[in-house]
Amino acid sequence: MEERIQFTLNGKATQLAVDTDRMLLWVLRTDLGLTGTKYGCGESLCGACTVLVNNEAIRSCQTPVKEVRNKEVVTIEGLAKNGTLHPLQKAFVDHYGLQCGYCTPGMIMNAYSFLKKNQRPSSAEIIEGMDNNLCRCGAHKRIVRAVQAAAKEMERGS
Amino acid sequence: MKDDQSADFGFVEDTFDLSMNRRDFLRVTGGGIFVLFTVRDSLLAQEGTGAARAFPNSLPTDFNAFVKIGADGRVTCCTGKIEMGQGVFTSLGQMLADELDVSLESVDMLMGDTDLCPWDMGTWGSLSTRSFGPALRAAGAEARQVLVDLASEHLKIPAGNLETEDGFVFDKANKHTRVSYAQLANGQKIERHVSGKVAVKKPSEFKIIGKSIPRRDGGDKVSGKAKYAGDIQLPGMLYARILRPPAHGAKLIDVDLSEAKQVKDIRIIHDGDLIAALHKYPDVAETALAKVKAKFDRPPAGVDEKTIFDHFLKIASDGKVLAKEGDQKKGRQESKDVLEETYLNDYVAHAPIEPHTAVVNVEGDKATVWVSTQAPFRARDEVAKELGFSPGNVRVLPCFVGGGFGGKSRHLQVLEAARLSKLSGKPVQVAWTRKEEFFFDSFRPAAVVKITSGITGKGSISFWDYHVYFAGERGAQQFYSIPNHSTTSYGSGWAGTQGAHPFATGAWRAPANNTNTFARESQIDIMAAKAGIDPLEFRLQHLTDKKMQRVLTTAAGKFGWKPAKGPSGRGYGIACGTDAGTTVASIAEVEVDKATGNVKVKRVVCVQDMGLVVNPEGATIQMEGCITMGLGYALREGLHFKGGEILDVNFDTYEIPRFSWVPKIETAIIDNQNTDPQGGGEPAIITMGGVIANAIYDATGVRMFHLPMTPERIKEATSKG
Repeated sequence: MEERIQFTLNGKATQLAVDTDRMLLWVLRTDLGLTGTKYGCGESLCGACTVLVNNEAIRSCQTPVKEVRNKEVVTIEGLAKNGTLHPLQKAFVDHYGLQCGYCTPGMIMNAYSFLKKNQRPSSAEIIEGMDNNLCRCGAHKRIVRAVQAAAKEMERGS
Repeated sequence: MKDDQSADFGFVEDTFDLSMNRRDFLRVTGGGIFVLFTVRDSLLAQEGTGAARAFPNSLPTDFNAFVKIGADGRVTCCTGKIEMGQGVFTSLGQMLADELDVSLESVDMLMGDTDLCPWDMGTWGSLSTRSFGPALRAAGAEARQVLVDLASEHLKIPAGNLETEDGFVFDKANKHTRVSYAQLANGQKIERHVSGKVAVKKPSEFKIIGKSIPRRDGGDKVSGKAKYAGDIQLPGMLYARILRPPAHGAKLIDVDLSEAKQVKDIRIIHDGDLIAALHKYPDVAETALAKVKAKFDRPPAGVDEKTIFDHFLKIASDGKVLAKEGDQKKGRQESKDVLEETYLNDYVAHAPIEPHTAVVNVEGDKATVWVSTQAPFRARDEVAKELGFSPGNVRVLPCFVGGGFGGKSRHLQVLEAARLSKLSGKPVQVAWTRKEEFFFDSFRPAAVVKITSGITGKGSISFWDYHVYFAGERGAQQFYSIPNHSTTSYGSGWAGTQGAHPFATGAWRAPANNTNTFARESQIDIMAAKAGIDPLEFRLQHLTDKKMQRVLTTAAGKFGWKPAKGPSGRGYGIACGTDAGTTVASIAEVEVDKATGNVKVKRVVCVQDMGLVVNPEGATIQMEGCITMGLGYALREGLHFKGGEILDVNFDTYEIPRFSWVPKIETAIIDNQNTDPQGGGEPAIITMGGVIANAIYDATGVRMFHLPMTPERIKEATSKG
């Protein structure tokens, strides 16, 4: 059913009229034009669509818009501040943490949420924390390294 | 085109539009200095690449610029290759920048724009660096010479006294007497054809080639800015969701669209076999499609993943002999032990995380296209054919590709989008769901390999009789010193023939070679164990190829290999092979849980000799990617199907490698900068089936003959063994 809904999107108050049973992924990509969040499987199995809702990584392909009412949504487009890449984004570039790049936004958003909870993760913890995000190119080893490097950088910055 | 000739290129058929003349490159791109090259010249100039042999008379004669130097000093590198993760966005730029003596930062990449880039067959076969690379470097060297000649006039200094560096031509005697490329290009409109007479740099002169440079597309890819086909949004664009049959070969017998038509703002298109719901939101189109009531007549189920192998052996026609030497009969007579084994592998999906996607905008007699494809020029020609347009009226524009692995050398989705755009009069996006991606994949074919081989009492291989069914020829020929050997391939290659496969098959990263290397390296291991000789030693005893010896001994040194006859209980395996001109050896360590059948790959050491390396870190990452992806087909990936019905529809039942599967990976690339660059995107994956099978044997004494080596299969084998 179409209704008005409000939430914060990448730090900005956002209001739109939308069928709130629709999945957040499609509303982000089409209604709101934020195409950084990707479709990969549609069933919460791959993680390409991962975004943050109140700092928690969720799968936007299976999250109805109504569930983000009055909450804070952050997508990959909202991570860089004033044109400066977030340490996680920078670490993915510097440590070759991507190849085709299609799973990358989901990987970064998942890692962001994970690092919020665990600021000094071991590599085993990173592997466990990232295990449900799929990458077909085989960039895994470098992604673990990038997340580790970002954790150090973020600790220094905080 | 014959199968063997196309073997290097990962596809079997193609059509070229020979009517096209020179495109209006200069008009479109404005002034500057252009270096042009016909693809025919480029490919024919490279003896031994296979391309010249494959297409002696069918290469297009039109030409386009490889290089543009603008009045702003920006250099544009134009290529029909696409970036799908393999890193050519960076490495091709490195090659051009080095030859031209400009900074890499000043090079812009223009990839896969069919109006502006030189014609290209497609991005596959690990050919971007080894085949396109030399042509691009030649164009860069030629452009540099043009600039030196212009500077000579401008500075009134003989060309021989001039040098170039970082976008400037300067007087050797006085570095301050100089002129920038930008200045030289200003107001010019110079077209130069590559003469092939200007020498490219020697490895000792390289400044940018051979350097590890982070991906230049990285910034856009980590910030969500990089555009893939599905990210293209045009005013008025509709997303299409298309009615699919439940199985390949099923026929639509009845359809009721009335309920679907009730969805607000929906457009239902029913045109012959094509039924689609179109809406400005893809999920609403999906909702409408779900309301379509359709009845299909299904064909009888036919073969499944268990019966497919007998089916292959039954339908195989006469084989094609790929190699034959010596006398098999004599070899058998000299054998102490004769080993006859059969190896199988299941169908494997490409499963890129980005499903096939396309946007087509048909306006009048012209069409603009964005498509996730490994072959933009072929997509252009096929869209033109579908629409009845001339190829010159179809333009494919660049976008990033979210993984290909061979699967995006086919692109049915763009034909669907073209048809729907024409029918609806709107720009249309077709983005396959994961289920559609599995359904329409051109799977790596299931295959059978039968090998009979013998060893003498002294432990040397006396004969080798190799028969491969339906995998293809790449990597089939063995390279060991065996006096009596023959290799025969049956059925077609990976593209399949009528009646062979119940669905489409095609090239999958290092096509055929994964199957062939698994079978060969397993059989070699079986013989080594039978002879009671360490498997590394056994291989070295039968090798004369210096490159192969070197990658094996280097890997062994890195791994800390200590000789032992198998099975040693340590869980060590070894395998080697060649692919795309590159020689590769891998050693793995595994742990097998006999109770569950689970295999943990703990460590993989991989060494390859790939000639000149343009971006060492980039090449290393390709090796790591191969090793990681290879865990999938070795351990888990095997398609479930019943005739034309694909039972795997998502990543729950079709498992691909995860973080927790990844072993400790150690790689090395042999320093060999003075030979031509060879393939890098595929070779390291070919050994993964064999190296893990051999390690499992070493751990358990049980030999696995069927890929993937799932826990169920391992449990079954160990309970028997």
